[in-house]
Amino acid sequence: MLSKLTTALAALVIGSSAAIAAGDYETQITDYAFPFEGPFGTYDQNQLQRGLKVYTEICSACHGLKFVPIRTLSDAGGPEFSEDQVKAYAELIEVYKLDEETGEYDYFQASVTDHFPANNSVGAPDLSLMAKARAGFHGPVNLGINQLVKGMGGPEYIASLLTGYTGEEKEEAGTILYENTAFPGGWISMAPVIEDGWIDFDDGADNSQDAIATDVAAFLMWTAEPKLAARKQMGLTAVIMLAVLSVLLYFTNKRIWAPVKGNKDD
Amino acid sequence: MAGIPHDQYEPTTGAEKWVHRRIPILGLLYDTLMIPTPKNLNWMWIWGIVLTFTLLLQIITGIVLVMHYTPHVDLAFGSVEHIMRNVNGGWALRYIHANGASLFFIAVYAHIFRNLYYGSYKAPREITWVIGIVIYLLMMGTAFMGYVLPWGQMSFWGATVITGLFGAIPFVGEGLQTWLLGGPAVDNATLTRFFSLHYLMPFLILGLTIVHIWSFHSTGNNNPTGVEVRRTSKEEAKRDTLPFWPYFVIKDAFALAVILLVFFAVVGFMPNYLGHPDNYIEANALATPAHIVPEWYFLPFYAILRAFTADVWIVIAANWITGGIVDAKFFGVVAMFGAIVAMALAPWLDTSSVRSGRYRPMFKWFFLVLVIDFFALMWLGAMPAEEPWASLSLIASTYWFAYFLVVLPLLGVFEKPLARPATIEEAYANEHGGSTGGGSGKATAATPAE
Repeated sequence: MLSKLTTALAALVIGSSAAIAAGDYETQITDYAFPFEGPFGTYDQNQLQRGLKVYTEICSACHGLKFVPIRTLSDAGGPEFSEDQVKAYAELIEVYKLDEETGEYDYFQASVTDHFPANNSVGAPDLSLMAKARAGFHGPVNLGINQLVKGMGGPEYIASLLTGYTGEEKEEAGTILYENTAFPGGWISMAPVIEDGWIDFDDGADNSQDAIATDVAAFLMWTAEPKLAARKQMGLTAVIMLAVLSVLLYFTNKRIWAPVKGNKDD
Repeated sequence: MAGIPHDQYEPTTGAEKWVHRRIPILGLLYDTLMIPTPKNLNWMWIWGIVLTFTLLLQIITGIVLVMHYTPHVDLAFGSVEHIMRNVNGGWALRYIHANGASLFFIAVYAHIFRNLYYGSYKAPREITWVIGIVIYLLMMGTAFMGYVLPWGQMSFWGATVITGLFGAIPFVGEGLQTWLLGGPAVDNATLTRFFSLHYLMPFLILGLTIVHIWSFHSTGNNNPTGVEVRRTSKEEAKRDTLPFWPYFVIKDAFALAVILLVFFAVVGFMPNYLGHPDNYIEANALATPAHIVPEWYFLPFYAILRAFTADVWIVIAANWITGGIVDAKFFGVVAMFGAIVAMALAPWLDTSSVRSGRYRPMFKWFFLVLVIDFFALMWLGAMPAEEPWASLSLIASTYWFAYFLVVLPLLGVFEKPLARPATIEEAYANEHGGSTGGGSGKATAATPAE
């Protein structure tokens, strides 16, 4: 028992980092700054609008957003397009749905109440919740401190993935894999899709690779967490009200107990 | 009714008299609200109210969530997203409910360790203690099944792993597992029965909570000194106690407000911190997540489950003695449930005549190590099953059993306890300078770590 203890402790001191990393490829996640971070951060409406453009022109070729209703593009706290803009956007999209008259499924022009189409054409995952389904930050040693300080790191992971290609390729079982420093395992089947200048933004915003990647990552955080602004607002209201209530109850409690504790001068 | 002598309820108005002659419900409410409570209770005695509040919070948010949720493998995940996106305030309900489970377990662990330190489980409160452990087990079952309902990857694979534990039971295991799942694997039948039971069990917990409160309202609360309230006369009892209202209601309300402040900060600013990202991926029977990790509140016992691998001598011995019937997997399951059973047996394993750890100089240290051990197990439960974590888990698990099965029985024999105050009144006077004045102006209550 004692020798086992000593061995275990020695191993803990010497090799803890190696032991943890052994199972995972050492991924590199950049801690991009997003405007929606921290207790007061909210989405940047312009950034979300740019992100939608990136999604529409690039991502949607392979990925879907099946949980996101198109109408929410005009919701408060989101990209806040006008209702006419959303209507115009919906007209460009085709969705596979039931024709109420013929009773058959077919492709139709989307209306604003439809969801973004699912897209499983090449087996790419749906992106609706991607920003919450990945954690960019971990540890140290499973203590969760990095996630407490930096956040879960979902959007950071997405942006790092889009910019993390090394240019190396290999073929495995008939599939081409691309080396990516953000992807667990290091090799991803998704080809590089964003380079400097591949998108032109209407507002003339920065269209470097980093800027495009963070814009679409921010947009995907919105698709995953559309009520972020309302949630933080509720959190702040609740914290302030409970703080006031706590103070009142603290003094009430002190006053009630004063005679019992012998503090007659209270 | 037994209990501490106190003023009985006397109906005064005509309406009260009318009701009281027909059903003594007002008297019951009065006795509950005005129950004599030891006046020296410290801040570790707030968790009961926090737990009751959290139970009601979970039931109320849960009932509303059910109005919008669909228990079907093809629709469950989408219906949760419907709640998050389309239902008014649905996101708040779901985040409160999901984080409420964590608040529930933080409070229950604080409550359990309070009892372990102050010896609240000892006679005559054994039944209160055992009911509490049953509530805790029901809570674990409820939380586990609730986590399956969103039908994410961790829901599905957690359900697969945990129900697989029952499959490890010799002879009947396989049949039992199929019966629990409603089929050969986790599927729609599993989801619907878990949904049904997840709705039922909180009400069992509520019923047991009432029995739990009733039982300690008969024995009276324990208190930090472990010295019983005097019951010889109403006057003496009054010098040891204060009525629950307003003294403890206001004190508990203050504590609850502070705890809820932290809780709503988590819900508002980092609602997914305690969850697992993989559960935002819809369940897929064909893709196993890289690491299947239970929620944080299961980790200490999950670590015990995994600690007893096939190369541990006691597992080898059990395997040899039973002719191979008990394998490492089954041994782990027995150890995990045994860890909770050992805790439930504490009233009979603890041989010390002294109730409170405050007057037990050696016990204090073993208890401190138990607390550290609990956090160590929690951490180890999330670590990969490889060295050095495997050995550390085994050591930490061994201490958990040793504390209950060896330390508690032996300490009562070898330990020389410190002098205890004769009455609560005396202990309180020593702490606060007495009710006759001369107060130092210091209003802090005793801390549990003292």
